[in-house]
Amino acid sequence: MTVPALIVLPAILPLVLALAAWLARHTPSLSRALLITGTGLLLLATIGLFLAVREPGMPLRLDFGAWEKPLGISFHVDLLSAILVVVSAIVAFAGALFAASEIGRLVWAKGYGTFYFLLLAGINGAFLTNDLFNLFVWFEVMLMASFAMLVLGRRRHVFEGATQYVVINMVSSFFFLAGLGILYGKTGHLNLDELATRLVASGNDPVILSSAALLLLAFGIKAGVFPLYFWLPPAYPNTGFATAAVFGGLLTKVGVYALFRVFGGAFGFLSGFTSDLILWVGVATMITGVLGAASQFHVRRILSFHIVSQIGYIILGLGLFTQGAIAAAIFYTVHHIFVKTNLFLAAGAIASTGRSEELGRLGGILKASPLLAFLFLIPALSLGGIPPLSGFFAKFLLLRETLRAEAWVVAAIALIVGIATLFSMVKIWGEAFWKDSPRPTGPLRHRPAQLVPVAALGLLTILIGLFPGPLFELANEAARQLLASNPAYVPASQ
Amino acid sequence: METLAAILVGTLAACGTLLVLRNGLFRILLGLALLAQAANLLVFTAAGLGRGDTAIIGPDERTLAEGHPDPLAQALVLTAIVISFGVLAFCLVLLKKTRARIGAAGVSGLANTET
Repeated sequence: MTVPALIVLPAILPLVLALAAWLARHTPSLSRALLITGTGLLLLATIGLFLAVREPGMPLRLDFGAWEKPLGISFHVDLLSAILVVVSAIVAFAGALFAASEIGRLVWAKGYGTFYFLLLAGINGAFLTNDLFNLFVWFEVMLMASFAMLVLGRRRHVFEGATQYVVINMVSSFFFLAGLGILYGKTGHLNLDELATRLVASGNDPVILSSAALLLLAFGIKAGVFPLYFWLPPAYPNTGFATAAVFGGLLTKVGVYALFRVFGGAFGFLSGFTSDLILWVGVATMITGVLGAASQFHVRRILSFHIVSQIGYIILGLGLFTQGAIAAAIFYTVHHIFVKTNLFLAAGAIASTGRSEELGRLGGILKASPLLAFLFLIPALSLGGIPPLSGFFAKFLLLRETLRAEAWVVAAIALIVGIATLFSMVKIWGEAFWKDSPRPTGPLRHRPAQLVPVAALGLLTILIGLFPGPLFELANEAARQLLASNPAYVPASQ
Repeated sequence: METLAAILVGTLAACGTLLVLRNGLFRILLGLALLAQAANLLVFTAAGLGRGDTAIIGPDERTLAEGHPDPLAQALVLTAIVISFGVLAFCLVLLKKTRARIGAAGVSGLANTET
């Protein structure tokens, strides 16, 4: 397949599949098959793109309409984009496997498959584009699809959480639009590469800085950083399980990616002030997220607060702003996407086995399903940073960079938050699996089909843990490419 | 002209923020609509306002005549208006459903889901 086709395929293929899913929506069996084969095809296409990007060691680009370089919209695939596209396809495939056994006939008929594919189109488009306005459009595609998916299941309380989610995300979109509008008015460009070279010359122009502040706010809301994360914990726990898993794994990470792309590349020249700000925002996010989780007794609410706290670790890597730290943050992102989706899917299996999500009402699952107990333990321990799982290396790499930057307080906080995370996971384990069931229920039984994606993602976690080298080299190269797009960055001599 | 537009953007954004922070769901919707207009107008203004003819490059020219506002920003705004309209329409339906669910309590009725 030609390279231009490979570059657009991750964004175009889901759009075509979305249409097909709409036609198939009244036949649940067809919808299921389409969702699974469609995400499977997407996975193959993204792996093809990844291989095409990895070989030459430099980013691929595609200028739409053959406009001269800075004028038209272009897709720009460096290793960071390629890694994230593959990772999101894997997560989408796992989510599809779970959705096939979870989603009922009525929800399929409302177009669940269509919105699922539209969401993927938005996410992949955001990862691939090199144009700020185009990024805004992909964000909106993603958000509209996520709004629809959020309310489709019609569980109790879903509207309350969804209202907060929709309103705050709309406000964030307006910040984004205003920020890019100011930037365009000042520079006349929206191409991220072109902006990077022009912004360096602008120095500390207050107009450019106000635009940077708006974009930081916009991406911060989407990424769910302190103090802008309050929309996340009410929204995710009340939606469907597959939906929450894909959201928890991917949506906030698109915001994180935008922070990396814009504040690591185009606005990289600001690094002195913004990176300190981002560093302490990261620390505050870690602490508040983990404290929020400690006070919760609902499985998916605990996990939602841990999304926030883990985002803090990733942002911390961006705040340190060295190639090693950004590489560690990329490694952390990949680990976190797999593990978080895995935990949310496991939470779905827990809820359908134990028929509740409240820790007080759960119990006895260890006896009923030792397999589920074991499969939950893999991502839970990985999230807590226990060797030899992927989380250990993610935390280790990040901590090493923190110590190298001699940020002792930050390192101490990161360690304490890690221990508190483990405490949270042990809480779920003890309540849901270990203790006896507190109420008379019939025999508890897991649904084998739900355990397949959980097991597959667990296997990935173990593989990353056993062989962290290749992924770390990829992350390092991705960080190098990202920083190479920032003309102001001078590599520190090691 | 730009000063006037800037004051207008500021006023719209201020009113929008005020309304979004109020208790009623309908006020929130109105606030979002105002914020959307503020952002659109800001993009429109940031690229420069000016009195020009139709933004068409003549057969012998390579660039748009001096003093013309940038037409690309207007194209961006057009896209942004379509997007914000669509999202607002969705939001209207969502808020209506939420209202049916939590009654007239307004946003304070949402509080019980936060913990």
